[in-house]
Amino acid sequence: MTDIKKKSHEPLFHVSKNDAAPVSKSITIRIIAIAVALVIIGILSFVLIKENPIEIFKALFTGAFIDVGTLIQNTSLLLMFGLAVVPAFKMKYWNMGANGQVLVGCLASIACMKFIPAANPEIDNNIVILCMLAAGIAASVIWAIIPALFKAFFNTNETLFTLMMNYIAVAVVNYFVFVWDKSGSGTLKTVNFSFGSPTFRKGWLFPDSDKYIITLVVAVVMTLFTAIYMRYSKHGFEVCVVGESVNTAKYVGINVKKVIVRTLVLSGIFCGIIGFLYASCLSHTVNADVGGKGFTAILVAWLAGFDPLVMVITSFFVVFINTGAENVSNVFHLNSNDYANIVVGIIFFCIIGCEFFIRYKVHFNGKKLKSAAKEAE
Amino acid sequence: MNRKILSLILAIMMIVSVCSFVSCGGNNTNSEGNTVQTGDNSSQKLDKSNIKIGLITLHDDSSTYDKNFIDAMYRALENLGIDKSQLVMYTGIPETEECYNKAKDCVNQGCNVVFADSFGHEDFLIQAAMEFKDVRFCHGTGTKAHTVKLDNFSNAFAAIYEGRYAAGIAAGMKLNEMMEKDSSVKPVMGYVGAFTYAEVMSGYTSFYLGAKSVCPDVTMKVKFTGSWYDYDKEKAAAEALISDGCVLISQHADSYGAPEACEALGVPNVSYNGSTESTGPNTYIVSSKIDWTPYFEYMINCTLNGENIAQDYTGTVETGSVVVLEVSKNAAEGTQKAIDDAMEAFRQGTLHVFDVNNFTVTVDDTTNASAKVDADGHLTSYLADVDTDEAFEKDTEAVKDGYFHESEYRSAPYFDVEIDGIQLLDRSY
Repeated sequence: MTDIKKKSHEPLFHVSKNDAAPVSKSITIRIIAIAVALVIIGILSFVLIKENPIEIFKALFTGAFIDVGTLIQNTSLLLMFGLAVVPAFKMKYWNMGANGQVLVGCLASIACMKFIPAANPEIDNNIVILCMLAAGIAASVIWAIIPALFKAFFNTNETLFTLMMNYIAVAVVNYFVFVWDKSGSGTLKTVNFSFGSPTFRKGWLFPDSDKYIITLVVAVVMTLFTAIYMRYSKHGFEVCVVGESVNTAKYVGINVKKVIVRTLVLSGIFCGIIGFLYASCLSHTVNADVGGKGFTAILVAWLAGFDPLVMVITSFFVVFINTGAENVSNVFHLNSNDYANIVVGIIFFCIIGCEFFIRYKVHFNGKKLKSAAKEAE
Repeated sequence: MNRKILSLILAIMMIVSVCSFVSCGGNNTNSEGNTVQTGDNSSQKLDKSNIKIGLITLHDDSSTYDKNFIDAMYRALENLGIDKSQLVMYTGIPETEECYNKAKDCVNQGCNVVFADSFGHEDFLIQAAMEFKDVRFCHGTGTKAHTVKLDNFSNAFAAIYEGRYAAGIAAGMKLNEMMEKDSSVKPVMGYVGAFTYAEVMSGYTSFYLGAKSVCPDVTMKVKFTGSWYDYDKEKAAAEALISDGCVLISQHADSYGAPEACEALGVPNVSYNGSTESTGPNTYIVSSKIDWTPYFEYMINCTLNGENIAQDYTGTVETGSVVVLEVSKNAAEGTQKAIDDAMEAFRQGTLHVFDVNNFTVTVDDTTNASAKVDADGHLTSYLADVDTDEAFEKDTEAVKDGYFHESEYRSAPYFDVEIDGIQLLDRSY
């Protein structure tokens, strides 16, 4: 009897690490988390919008499919951003700078697009496009390896460094917009889009075709490349070893500095390609809002457990929820972005929160108490 | 094992989807096939019960700029008796390919006419207009409709410089009142601008000329924030101007930053885009604004009747697009009457804001290079950049019959002369 009383002073539950949770269990927990999130959203939407929750969910679930091309394009772009950061993440190098890296890539591509045809209107369009691609990749690689070199040689904190590089990139872009736009509007008009001009649509990639196809093709190639690179190549293996333990890597003779820089060059190349796509094919202009999926991409990569193939699903899911929530704002005339932000926030909160239950086991002491009491009887 | 199967399935899914999309893309590369048949060319008659309108805004209703458009759209729908479920609205759309995507979404949902409100949206809307020829695309503040000459793309703006001038009269009268009360007050106004851009320059110059018409000694200092919406910068700029000796502030920027700084320091404020009386009960004087309701009604009516929408629509005092709100109790006596008289003169066409006799211009190597002046410094010729091109070439003579013809050769302002009496403390960066 005294024994049980002592035990009743224990906390209600305790947690223990659960290293080897089976895949089926982790999937179940995630599905439950999404279900919980949807219930919360349903209740909240009903309270805030005061409309039939079924109608709200209908708008939420159909929003993404208003335009399948846009859905594919946005999913592909988000996936590409994720793929650009994932090899570094695997190495536990937290690259927060995908936005900035893409932005400078786009800026460099736009610069080529603006000045090469202006200097030489007769130039072959393919040459312009190749120059844009090369310049975009070069700029992004430079932007990515600056923090990588500091990390490798001075062990600086890459999270802050890459984050701050984003703001520098925005400032650089604003500067060039100011210099290039002589009207003073602070907006760079779409480049090479003056009707009747000899430079009309120079440097534009597939202007007449549906743009989602090119993003899809690039995304698929990048995904397969990353999956194979990470899983089957020696480089990929080295990245994993460095991520697990730098000391082990050193002991087995891996040049850690080289691996860090090499991996970030790869990130830079990916970001450069994305920036090039924005310049040549999607926005044809540059401003601080171009790209901007770098932070969401971190989530995409994290949710997928850094598996490039699973990231296809997670990036689709994120775009699906985002577009759906926008559609709810539209259908119910909320005149505001707030609802979409809240919905996306709730879903991510639940999904990230559920990681806790995947990594740790929760033991309720109450049950034990009862069973102990029974045993005592 | 599970993981391997999963990845295999995903890989196959992706390859299949690529193949299917590439092949379907090959069939309709010009994407005409995707065009949803709506509006004029379809056999179904368009009427108030089945018309659909799209609205794309840069921010949401937390920005005074976008709120002005959103509210006007609802008013227009109500006036025309169109249910708001027929409005497709996307808020918070940046000036990137996202604008084109949303325009496409509007078309996919059957919109007959789509309006976007931000300067940088223009080119994306033009791309949509080139692709979806049966849908009309209208753009506020843009400059390109009269040069791209697409049947289904048009620009709209208003002769807001007239409203600014009227608001300037209120400012001038307030200055007179302050000088009467305290002879040490010097008539120096401050102006918080966004960018050194024609829209802003036209706005502050007409405001200044309005004040000058009743207070001849007035001068003005202008500070730029380099952003269309930045609460902190606008507030800081207003505070800097006040400590620099400005006794009255006005602004062309979208946040409540400047009015709040004025209220805290007890400096009169003339607002733009809507009343800020709630923020500055003791300092707010008056506000001019563009009311987009008449344009939205016009745009929807044209679409309903299958008529062309004017390629460049300039709303005026007459159409009800240029509005000066009621003056507050903080204004000087007789202000309302003076404003009403000015507005009536604009309606009659007897008053010209940019009458060359009302101001002088200094021409040197760096400023006003495309201006010509007579011996007294009055403008005799000015080449304005009306046709947008990559080289920003000054192309159109704007001075005629003794005044600068603003918002006539295109709807968006192009007055960017730097006149005497206005000092630019910085330039947008």
